[in-house]
Amino acid sequence: MEKKKLNASGLKGWLYLLPTLLFLGVFMVYPLIDVFIYSFEEGYNSASQTYLGVGGYNYSYVLHDPYFLQAVKNTFLLVVITVPLSTGIALLISVGLHGIRPLRELFQTIYFLPYVTNTLAVGLVFMILFKKTAYSDGLINLLINWFGGNSVDFIDGPYWAKMFVLCFYTIWVVMPFKILILTSALSSVNQEYYQAARVDGTSKFRIFMRITLPMISPMIFYLVVTGFIGAFKAYSDVVALFGTDLNAAQMNTIVGYVYDMLYGDSGGYPSYASAAAIILFAIVLTVTCINLLVSKKKVSY
Amino acid sequence: MVVIMEVVLQHLTKSFPSRDRKDHGDVIAVNDFNLTIPDGKLIGLLGPSGCGKSTTLNLISGLLKPTSGRILFGEDDVTNLPPENRGIGLVFQNYALYPHLTVKQNILFPLENLKGKDKLTKSQMLDKAVLSAKLVQIEELMERRPRELSGGQQQRVAIARALVKTPRVLLLDEPLSNLDARLRLQTREEIRRIQRETGVTTVFVTHDQEEAMSISDLIVVMKEGVVQQIGKPQEVYDSPANLFVAKFLGTPPINLFEGQVKGGRLLIGGEAVLDLGKIPDQKVYAGVRPEGFALHEEGGFSCTLDRVEVMGRDISVVSANQASLNPLVRAIIGTENKIDTGRYREGSRVRFHLIPHKVYLFNWETEERIYFGER
Repeated sequence: MEKKKLNASGLKGWLYLLPTLLFLGVFMVYPLIDVFIYSFEEGYNSASQTYLGVGGYNYSYVLHDPYFLQAVKNTFLLVVITVPLSTGIALLISVGLHGIRPLRELFQTIYFLPYVTNTLAVGLVFMILFKKTAYSDGLINLLINWFGGNSVDFIDGPYWAKMFVLCFYTIWVVMPFKILILTSALSSVNQEYYQAARVDGTSKFRIFMRITLPMISPMIFYLVVTGFIGAFKAYSDVVALFGTDLNAAQMNTIVGYVYDMLYGDSGGYPSYASAAAIILFAIVLTVTCINLLVSKKKVSY
Repeated sequence: MVVIMEVVLQHLTKSFPSRDRKDHGDVIAVNDFNLTIPDGKLIGLLGPSGCGKSTTLNLISGLLKPTSGRILFGEDDVTNLPPENRGIGLVFQNYALYPHLTVKQNILFPLENLKGKDKLTKSQMLDKAVLSAKLVQIEELMERRPRELSGGQQQRVAIARALVKTPRVLLLDEPLSNLDARLRLQTREEIRRIQRETGVTTVFVTHDQEEAMSISDLIVVMKEGVVQQIGKPQEVYDSPANLFVAKFLGTPPINLFEGQVKGGRLLIGGEAVLDLGKIPDQKVYAGVRPEGFALHEEGGFSCTLDRVEVMGRDISVVSANQASLNPLVRAIIGTENKIDTGRYREGSRVRFHLIPHKVYLFNWETEERIYFGER
């Protein structure tokens, strides 16, 4: 009797899960497997649904494609520069915000504005800041000129200038979320720890290094992991800044490469796109695993 | 060199700005607090929650600055010194052990902050930490983290951390409130032992009168920021200065009656229960400790019996009296004289003699003690 009841409730449970399982299966698991299969089908033609053979040629092609290698370089640069910088700056701002009492809410709101601002509006602002037009060289160039430097074309100019704009933009866009998470992490640290440290005569710097940082380390770690993943998936920001012909601008990212392979002007190669996507997946997985291993040693409580 | 580490609080007052927007008056948490804590004694600050006892502790620690008044440690005026320069050890109610550090690192933490001429070498620090850990008997737990310890062990670590710099004054904020009943008994003995061994002047805060009575050399009873009475635990219990102190101390609590003094005698519910000597006629609160009743056939004080509770060592006679301010009157009768409990049935009359030194009278208006008899 008992057992029967248990079975029935088990069935019921699966029934409740069914809608979610169905959606996940159709829109996530199936496409994932499909992409994996595509990536090994050589010369796949989406019109006739035929392919020439099975093997690793797609991977070999993608890995030898200079556009892909450029995209990998761009993506890695973006990740390596923006994740530590944005997390570090966000931490500084959060600590500063946490330290002031008057107008704290106002400042928090201001720092949160980029998060709720439309991407296109932000793009426009960056255009005014950086883009060279027939009428002006952009606000930043005005500043550079004012200090006696020469104008730099940030949007169509040298590689380092474009990379600078992209990193600047990315850091600026991810900042509000990080500040939000870190300020709430800071204010959730029990005040008694600070009082105890004060009684023991701990210096401000030491309090920060030995108490504050370890206490909020789980949140910092969370931001680093999601920051890595987010930066690896960068695409729309690049389009907003440099337009859709990213290969020509030397500013493509891995996701952008996948998109171009599917729908771009030179597109129509789902097999290459799938192979590139699987490579990206492998990279993100590896980096996240490394992150987890490191955090086990560092995030100690 | 013998340092006399007397702690003196002079006219200490602390007020906070009111949080209520309509009421701009300040909230006075501690009002004109005067106390001299003798060197090497254990003092219990006792009172209901919100009476200002924790504020007083924080004033002594330096975490709060007094609005007015002075604090002296021995000869030094520490009123304006920050906590780290006062030479205090503070044990927080929730211990505030750093969760990411091991027990050893926690105990070492205060030592590592020392600068300049006080700076210690690694091995000196370790020696001190081990000494401190030995004192509270946690030397085998040094490599654990706080979450791997029981509440009682965490408490010991917190005490070890507070003692490692050999403070002049040890402060404990509700040290036993997070422990279960059995551990509480054990730990309070432990605190007493540690205090005796180190001889450090110690102040602890509690709302539990039993806790304060059992281990303190002196207790300070507070109410709404004002000191009600200071004295040795037994003295305060035996001779409460006012109605509040009498009500606050003692388990089971004191029995209170509406009484009348007439012609030098105490009347409760119209019955003359006690001769008082020369006292002007007035309305009074009459408090009788549970042990202040003696069963007697011709006793002047009569009640209607509710029930008899046999506790083994003694029995409680619970009864009702129309003049009682509590719902029921509880009398504790020792069992050295054999009492036939079967004789007492619900609803029957019981009569008591009152034991004079267990009876206290308080002014009906001011609630201050009215002394009578040989005193």
